[in-house]
Amino acid sequence: MANITTALNQAQQLGLLGGNVLGSGFNFNVQITRGGGAFVCGESTALMASLEGKVGEPRAKYVHTVERGLWDRPSNLNNVETWANVPVIINKGADWYRTLGTDSSKGTKIFSLVGKINNTGLVEVPMGITLREIIYDIGGGIREGKKFKAVQTGGPSGGCLPESLLDLPVDFDELTKVGSMMGSGGMIVMDETTCMVDIAKYFLTFLEEESCGKCVPCREGIKRMRQILDDITEGKGNEEDIDLLERLSVTLIDSSLCALGSTAPNPVITTIRYFKDEYEAHIKEKRCPAGVCKALIHYYITNEKCPGCGLCVKACPQEAITFMGKKKPVILDESKCIKCGACYDVCKLEAIGRR
Amino acid sequence: MVTLTINGLELQAEEGQTILQVARENGIDIPTLCHNEAIEPYGACRMCIVEISKGKRARIVTSCLYPVEEGLVVKTDSPRVISNRKMILELLLARCSKNKVIRELASQTGIEQPSFKSEDLEDNDCIVCGLCVRACEQIVGVSAISLVNRGITKEPASPFLGPAADCIGCGSCYYVCPTGAIKMEDRKDTRIIYNWKVEFKLKECKVCGNYWAPEKQLEYIRKKWNLAEDFFDICPTCK
Repeated sequence: MANITTALNQAQQLGLLGGNVLGSGFNFNVQITRGGGAFVCGESTALMASLEGKVGEPRAKYVHTVERGLWDRPSNLNNVETWANVPVIINKGADWYRTLGTDSSKGTKIFSLVGKINNTGLVEVPMGITLREIIYDIGGGIREGKKFKAVQTGGPSGGCLPESLLDLPVDFDELTKVGSMMGSGGMIVMDETTCMVDIAKYFLTFLEEESCGKCVPCREGIKRMRQILDDITEGKGNEEDIDLLERLSVTLIDSSLCALGSTAPNPVITTIRYFKDEYEAHIKEKRCPAGVCKALIHYYITNEKCPGCGLCVKACPQEAITFMGKKKPVILDESKCIKCGACYDVCKLEAIGRR
Repeated sequence: MVTLTINGLELQAEEGQTILQVARENGIDIPTLCHNEAIEPYGACRMCIVEISKGKRARIVTSCLYPVEEGLVVKTDSPRVISNRKMILELLLARCSKNKVIRELASQTGIEQPSFKSEDLEDNDCIVCGLCVRACEQIVGVSAISLVNRGITKEPASPFLGPAADCIGCGSCYYVCPTGAIKMEDRKDTRIIYNWKVEFKLKECKVCGNYWAPEKQLEYIRKKWNLAEDFFDICPTCK
């Protein structure tokens, strides 16, 4: 806000904005409106409602916003990133710009590269670059030498893509084809310690809170999907759950009022598509392969490896581990254990196991 | 005039009409919950979904909002429409598991029990269609109530959940609610609308002695239309 306000003031002082721009007789001004921070206001009609001072609720776009948008007038809505491309295109020409990117997606894209990766931050890359190049060449690979598991593109309602798709050229069409999207340009890298059912639940919990609540499929559907995922991660899932999640997904995609509802199933659909074995382990074997879902994991002491150093005893916030004297293995009381993993993290001798 | 096809029937319609209006004029039934002819369409309940195609691309839209177009092909009961509508009803039934209107509507499509776990079912009457709020704003012109919160906590409510100070007790919200979620009662000389925590003194007819409408509502109408002070002293029946 501070930077953009300074920039606007400078532009006005230089006569680039305001009345009679550079003596041309053309009037043009820019006004900044601060949003309330609702996720759904990324949806164009909700954003316009918010600008009008109304609740950020989307409306059906059967009459396009270019015909009737803000204040019921023809409106042009663009992301700041799009506007940022305009000066470069004007200066260097459209032909130059078109040399970057793929057949269907021209130019560059900025991603917010985060997660279990060595170099995090905003990266600008040409369209068509592969996920592998972004994650390994730019991002410097996975942290602590761990194994790559998935990358989610497009923000909370994007899809989670597996290792087999790392050579996918990143553009609008290719991401959509594999069940994800460009969306907000978010890119979250996950390693082997991430549970894909838990991550789907995480994103749906976020979307459930951010749904505006206007239409039934989004408001009620995301909640039901999240409840089913809750059950699965708590070992209470059953074999029909995957089918029910898929049926709910179809209705959310088809019948939701706006893109929040119609893209909300993406994290679920893609994790089922690419990581179905993890769902089945949770449902059939009541096991969380990544060791994340607390209801499904247990910590135990391997007596032969434990020298009784007591590090885990100090780390345990529940006093669930008892010190038995030096060179004697500690004892873990499972009834007191809250499965926080503090002992597991602190033990350098692999004397604490998780299953 | 535009020509469109609904369920194989070629129909003429006025530009600006919605698919729902044209279907109903021609005796084609499309179920609705959040729709009322006197109120701007809103598109919340999604019951009125239909499948449209123009050229190759087919998609689901809400017929209450979609304006007719030349050459539009509409199906109100395709397998895709039916399966979507069934799931929407399952979702509504899971929210309002004991509500008579929702139960009957679901039953008509063959759903007696939603696919979700019984311990997760809820006992609401309100489906958050917003008709009460929209009627109060658009028909009555009072806006005494509003939709508050978002997502699953969204609900129609009075300001700060206290008594709705601007409510005139007309009961439009009660009459327009499709699921009977608004609890209103006339007790001799008093009207109570429980949802908005309000009570109103009812006006007594000078002729028959019946209590026939809230005094605040009559005063609101009298001032709005600049009527004489004694205009509402006698009830419409005795007039």
